[in-house]
Amino acid sequence: MSNNLRFKTSKFIDETYRISFKFNNKTYFGFKGDTLASALLANGIHLVGRSFKYHRPRGIMTSGSEEPNAIIQLHDNSSRTEPNVRATEVEIYEGLVASSQNCWPSVNFDVGGINNLLSPILPAGFYYKTFMWPASFWEKYEYFIRKSAGLGKSPKVADPDIYEHNYIHCDVLVIGAGISGIMAAKMAAKNGFKTLLVDEKSYLGGSSIYDNSEFSKINNQLTSSWLEKEINEISKLENLEIKVRTSVAAFHGYNFLLARENLTDHLPINQRENKVRQRLLKIRAKKVITATGSIERPLIFDNNDRPGILLSSAIKKYIDLYGVACGENNILFTNNDTAYETAMSLIQRGIKINAIVDNREQIDSKISYEVEKNNIKIYKGYTVVDTYGYRRINKISIMKLSKDGQTVIGDKTKLNCDCLGLSGGWTPAVHLFTQSGGKLKFREEDQVFIPNVYPSDQISIGSCNGDFGLEEIIKNTLSSIKKFLDIDNSEYKTVETISGLNQSKRNIWLLPSDKSIGKTKSFVDYQNDATAKDIKLALREGFRSIEHVKRYTTTGMGTDQGKLGNMHALGIISETAGTKMGEHGTTTFRPPYTPLTFGTIVGRNVGEFFDIFRRTPIHDWHVANNAEFENVGQWKRAWYYPKDNENMHQAVQRESKAARDSAGILDASTLGKIDIQGTDASEFLNRVYTNAWSKLAVGKCRYGLMLNEDGMVYDDGVTTRLGENHYIMTTTTGGAANVLGKLEDYLQTEWPELDVYLSSVTDHYATISVCGPNSKKIVSKVIPDLDLSDEKFPHMSFKNAKIDNIKCRVMRISFTGELSYEINIQANFGKSVWEKCMEAGKDFNITPYGTETMHLLRAEKGFIIVGQDTDATLTPIDLQMDWIVSKKKYDFIGKRSLYRSDTIREDRKQLVGLLTENPEEVLEEGAQIVSDVKKTPIEMLGHVTSSYYSPNLKKSIALGVVKSGKNMLGQKLIIPMENKNINVTVADPVFLDKEGKKLNAKL
Amino acid sequence: MFLINCPFCGEREQSEFKAGGEAHIVRPKQPTELSDDEWAEYLFMRKNIKGVQFERWNHVHGCRKWFNMVRDTSNDQIKAVYKMGEKPPVE
Repeated sequence: MSNNLRFKTSKFIDETYRISFKFNNKTYFGFKGDTLASALLANGIHLVGRSFKYHRPRGIMTSGSEEPNAIIQLHDNSSRTEPNVRATEVEIYEGLVASSQNCWPSVNFDVGGINNLLSPILPAGFYYKTFMWPASFWEKYEYFIRKSAGLGKSPKVADPDIYEHNYIHCDVLVIGAGISGIMAAKMAAKNGFKTLLVDEKSYLGGSSIYDNSEFSKINNQLTSSWLEKEINEISKLENLEIKVRTSVAAFHGYNFLLARENLTDHLPINQRENKVRQRLLKIRAKKVITATGSIERPLIFDNNDRPGILLSSAIKKYIDLYGVACGENNILFTNNDTAYETAMSLIQRGIKINAIVDNREQIDSKISYEVEKNNIKIYKGYTVVDTYGYRRINKISIMKLSKDGQTVIGDKTKLNCDCLGLSGGWTPAVHLFTQSGGKLKFREEDQVFIPNVYPSDQISIGSCNGDFGLEEIIKNTLSSIKKFLDIDNSEYKTVETISGLNQSKRNIWLLPSDKSIGKTKSFVDYQNDATAKDIKLALREGFRSIEHVKRYTTTGMGTDQGKLGNMHALGIISETAGTKMGEHGTTTFRPPYTPLTFGTIVGRNVGEFFDIFRRTPIHDWHVANNAEFENVGQWKRAWYYPKDNENMHQAVQRESKAARDSAGILDASTLGKIDIQGTDASEFLNRVYTNAWSKLAVGKCRYGLMLNEDGMVYDDGVTTRLGENHYIMTTTTGGAANVLGKLEDYLQTEWPELDVYLSSVTDHYATISVCGPNSKKIVSKVIPDLDLSDEKFPHMSFKNAKIDNIKCRVMRISFTGELSYEINIQANFGKSVWEKCMEAGKDFNITPYGTETMHLLRAEKGFIIVGQDTDATLTPIDLQMDWIVSKKKYDFIGKRSLYRSDTIREDRKQLVGLLTENPEEVLEEGAQIVSDVKKTPIEMLGHVTSSYYSPNLKKSIALGVVKSGKNMLGQKLIIPMENKNINVTVADPVFLDKEGKKLNAKL
Repeated sequence: MFLINCPFCGEREQSEFKAGGEAHIVRPKQPTELSDDEWAEYLFMRKNIKGVQFERWNHVHGCRKWFNMVRDTSNDQIKAVYKMGEKPPVE
């Protein structure tokens, strides 16, 4: 490749600092200051990727975050690989490895290119239309479609980098450090506002920082020189924090913004160790100034996507900022004056311009005369109708536009070039403004959407507000910031500008061609290969809403969200449908503005911090004793304790038997505990539980069932009366927080007159449950001073006690049906008391059991577990727990709902026991229950909620809910499984010790 | 994300709060006296207004207090916050 593409004229490029990098397995060189795109262009490389659908060769199109084509895979096959990265935003560093996406075997020869030839049969909605029938084939189609979908490859292993989140609070946030952003930041900071200025690029000043044109001057200095002094001044301001490489991803309501700050991506790989890679900034700003600039529009004509076709402004930036010529034989194609700035930049460096093709008949500006003086041929009133060259443009053909711009006339002229710059005017970058809820208006004169109604304390300035001329930008920035910040002193005395540009423009959304539309490929969305033809087809097929056209054609649905082509899509829709622009509105701009990595989004919430869990005070003992754990809510609960290679079934059978035969011990610390105090505590419990509480004596415990106002079971647990006005309530492990929230809700909003105070004490106590016929002997060894006789300490009562002088509460309550004691002690003594119990129980084969055995033991007794046997559709009546619903109480939460027309239906699903015909057969939880498998569709009567093999009963037992189940005792039902039907009999849900003798059993 | 002015704690992030549905629905004092329809009206029927709406909010990760909010659902502007039991602001 020729060497004359790099010009030593840019102070942003450090030619003494050479950097090597790899692209598609080949080593290249660039300089410090280069982006991957500028370095590739300097090496004469335009072709960097293949398009999504047709696999057409694509080149670098832009110089910033709006890039649709040059999206590459970084560090393929490494843990740091990242797909869909814009080459225009990657600053090169030593060790950079990049490769093209969406091509096989290589970007130069891509087998998928066949799709380009097939394009006549791949219209908009092709997949929708083709893969609909037959429906059963979808699984086969899906495999192939998934393979060809998506562009880059996601990483296969965990991301080794560190990310973090930061909160920032400021008075004024300025987004974008172009000319108006810099001015706004200075005005804010100098007037006492704590200001944050962010820009997505690595440098400040936006496109003006490399504007060295004689045709746009400020106070008689080059724009770039004037701006440099401004930047120098603001960088010393104490009130102003400046963050570069920081891209605002989202602008939410109430001036809450998310931004990604890139900290190490530009550093050589070996300098990144142990550094935070990216930060997600959560910014809450009192005032927001959006100065995000504008994005140049391409022009839409046949084959407008070949490598070597760039935005005119990108060509200017590559030469002015990076000192890189994009081509040696350039043509510019424009409908406005800004292309002439590009022309002047090229002329200054002696880079050849073959021609300028301008839509306009009349061009009247100083800068265009200057270009003409340099003997550059300007084709006025012409349009490009086609381009040539497969891997790089080599020719274009042009024709004269008719007066109305709807057709082309005259002869076709062919012009040679290796680079074509497009300038279709400018689109204000209103993405963030609309994300925040702002409403746009359409400005007819130059066909742009600009901010209209602001939803929060914010303002848009500069070209994102539709001010394009230098004089306009400066004048309007000064006046609107003064007003917005309510300040007298603008910090700027006089700012005089000279501009050689005229704002005239001849806007034609879809340029006419000598071919019929069906024969053209005029790309509107480059990344998703959506053409003008596709949009017109969608309209012919009846789509009208812009949101529908977008989804049908996929226009604007790429990783670039159609930053270049969305406006053209709207324009083509209006022209075709014969409606006015602006009537359709725009599609919704959604965050993030540019893609974020998952690492940035999750920050430090990875590994064990991804979803925090809670451990009981006895957790370490469970770990040391080989427990397997189960997640219950946020808790880690011991599930079972396998011994000598036992599997779960074997361990649970052993634990369950030991608990009934001698003694078992359970860590119940996770049960929710709510301390209830106040003179109205008893009345409060009366209102929240279904049963009566007023007569419960001090020192006694009672089981309570809590409903929702709709009558459905919400939670259950034992509550103990510790004193006249003092109770302690236990809740289910998973329901603790919600129960407290619900109780607080009623106390604060419905019954504020009640004198009741609630306090969560779940974490304050360790709860150790010792059960089984030998439990009394064990507890008496641990607490010798406590009288455990049935007379002094009967079932459902509580005693205060001391273990080694530490106060504890002992409840004689049972969830297993066995004689059982629950010791509650200050959490930090939990483990030592547990160990004491283990020691005391040694002679009685005390067996620690986990949640699985607990579930089995309670199922033998037919005790429900809220959330397993119930699912918010079951009333206590459905559960056959009528005994706990007070008939006398006037009211309690949910009472009225228990006799609504629906809740009194006889054929509701009701809880029953189920016994299998074959006692060894254990049902699957969740299995369907039916009575007749011959009738189709099979009527579903209910499902299995709990199922175990009981070692104590030596048979399979199950609980389930069945329609009208209450009246089906003894009836035979069927559980249809994949390979067989299992016969079951409806039984009483209490399988063991119906009389409750075991509660007082002694050995 | 809203910035909510908790009447007890002051301005806090929305992530500290939980929305609790429509405000000023009083639990009937004598539910047993109500017909099924009347009870269903209390239990199930809620407004879903585009515009100014009265809502309950709970500072669940803060002071745990419930309070009321007037919010315009069409643009998410919070017009007022006030304590439980206080009269809703007019206008």
